[in-house]
Amino acid sequence: MDTLSSLADGFAIALTWQNLLLALLGCFLGTIMGALPGLGPSNGVAILIPLAFTLGLGATPSLILLTSVYYGAMYGGRISSILLNIPGDEPAMMTCLDGYPMAQQGRAGEALSLSGVASFVGAFLATWGLILLAPQLVKIALLFGPAEYFALFTLAFATLGGVSSTNQAKTAFAAALGLGLAMVGVDTQTGVPRFTYGEVHLYDGIDFLVAIVGLFALSEVFIFLEHRHGSADAESRKIVIGRLMPSFALLRQCTPTMLRTSFLGFLAGVLPGAGASLGSFISYSMEKKLVDKEGTFGTGDPRGVAAPEAGNNAAAGGALVPMLALGVPGSGTTAVLLAVLLALNITPGPLLFAQQPDVVWGLIAALFIANFMLLAMNIPMIGLFTRVLMVPPRILMPVVAMVSFVGIYGISGSSFDLLVMIGFGLMGWVLRKLDVPLVPVILGTLLGNAMESNMRRAITIDNGNWLTLIDSPLSIALWSLAVIGFVLPMVFGKVLKGRMKMAKDEEGAVTD
Amino acid sequence: MSDRIFGVVGLLLAMAYAWSALIIEESFLSDAVGPKAFPLIIAGVLALASIAIFLKPDAEPHWPQLGRLLEIAAAIAVMIAYALALPEIGFVIATAVAASYLTWRLGTTPLGSLATGTLTSLGIYAVFHLILGLSLARGPLGF
Repeated sequence: MDTLSSLADGFAIALTWQNLLLALLGCFLGTIMGALPGLGPSNGVAILIPLAFTLGLGATPSLILLTSVYYGAMYGGRISSILLNIPGDEPAMMTCLDGYPMAQQGRAGEALSLSGVASFVGAFLATWGLILLAPQLVKIALLFGPAEYFALFTLAFATLGGVSSTNQAKTAFAAALGLGLAMVGVDTQTGVPRFTYGEVHLYDGIDFLVAIVGLFALSEVFIFLEHRHGSADAESRKIVIGRLMPSFALLRQCTPTMLRTSFLGFLAGVLPGAGASLGSFISYSMEKKLVDKEGTFGTGDPRGVAAPEAGNNAAAGGALVPMLALGVPGSGTTAVLLAVLLALNITPGPLLFAQQPDVVWGLIAALFIANFMLLAMNIPMIGLFTRVLMVPPRILMPVVAMVSFVGIYGISGSSFDLLVMIGFGLMGWVLRKLDVPLVPVILGTLLGNAMESNMRRAITIDNGNWLTLIDSPLSIALWSLAVIGFVLPMVFGKVLKGRMKMAKDEEGAVTD
Repeated sequence: MSDRIFGVVGLLLAMAYAWSALIIEESFLSDAVGPKAFPLIIAGVLALASIAIFLKPDAEPHWPQLGRLLEIAAAIAVMIAYALALPEIGFVIATAVAASYLTWRLGTTPLGSLATGTLTSLGIYAVFHLILGLSLARGPLGF
């Protein structure tokens, strides 16, 4: 009951005209960004952070705008999977397998609306899961001291490569690189400058927004420049949309699938290191094992469209649980959302629920609102979104680049930050070519200072005894999980990645 | 081969980082750990990861031809020029030039890209400055 009344308060906060308008805008922009190949949820949210920030929106409205973009992008990813057989983002990869064959059979409209409903079911159930699970996790998190937090951060980094990671050395490299960048600037505890080399602009550190926009958005522009003669020009194909509403019988046939995969996807989202890509992958595989008696999966089976979509949207909701309750994101996009919170001066974690319940519950209410808006938008307006796909990248990518510049310049008004951003863009391009994941770099720059200060606090409390870091049963458990999470992918990673990539070999290093 | 070079560069980076950490001037008032310890741990992880990458390289990535590399280098040069010129000549002109260049290099016809670039610039100016009230760089002409 307590939860329900908090939720009602949340709705009271979220249901203002301004917030509803922002949610609508966010859903719309998010769907477009998710649909465009190359612009995933991480990119989409990253480009819009500076905008929300410079508009001078308060904490709750900005969060509503950006989480709507997040959910919208998760919805939108399926559109290009189904119509063009190009996943709009990585989690939508599995949707290609049955979605594109359905489109070829002239049932694109059905596939799109069915996957819209599946996305809704997944996201809706996951939001309830978030409401029920996050407060429980908060209770555990209150037992954490600085040493446990340090172990938890390590756990987040160790598992970030995910179960599908093929090269853990590169994940570790990326994490260390990010942490190293976070150290730049004046040390908060003693006041001495570190790694600034006399450059005054570096004294207050590298702004993580600059790093995120550079690494994600600008590196994407470079990738497009590199492939100009290849895939950059979208062929204008004639797409037959067909009937828009799925028949009632079809929905009933898919309902058990959607319910099962929502649950599975949510679990995958909550667990560290799994994320939405894995959520949609295991959802698809499980459904294939369970209900594919006639071998129709892969040839345009509607259940094969519903399963990964419900799975990945549920995972997107699940990923918010550790991010809000512990302050430790489990995936790329939630890392970007964490950046949003930090930029707004909100520190997620157990205390957030106690001290700023209006932010938490306003956000959760906004998720519900966004979800209903997306469902309402995605079925009748699907024709509009498919038309957006026809904008060729040669026009789109410069716009992305310019909006990135505008956003960053809007925050600081200095050319120096723009130069740093270009540097990050180049770095992102090189790292992507070398198959180094970018998400750990981001997470490192975000969490580096918190991680260090927790470590130093723990040791200082115990009079300089380093062993205090592995002193309590809780921290020992976290450390063991971190080790297991880091070692396990070395054994299983290749197999899993191979299976996930059976349909497509993509160059994207941006997960989720 | 790329991964071997990457490993060596990473190792050098780790060493430079560790050295930079060691020369941090400590304040006379410091906590038990001090500002150097954590950066040194990071340098250690960086070095270990680089060694692992060096010893067990992945398959060679698909590097673009020299022409494409020059393309990217030129785009970076344009972006740097854009960043520096922004406060000097104002948002609209600088953005129009940079956007035209990028869309031209991505395969639009020269005349078409000039139009696209100008429209992009004016569109962003209208949406972000006139509607949303974001302060953009002002040139001598006031826009």
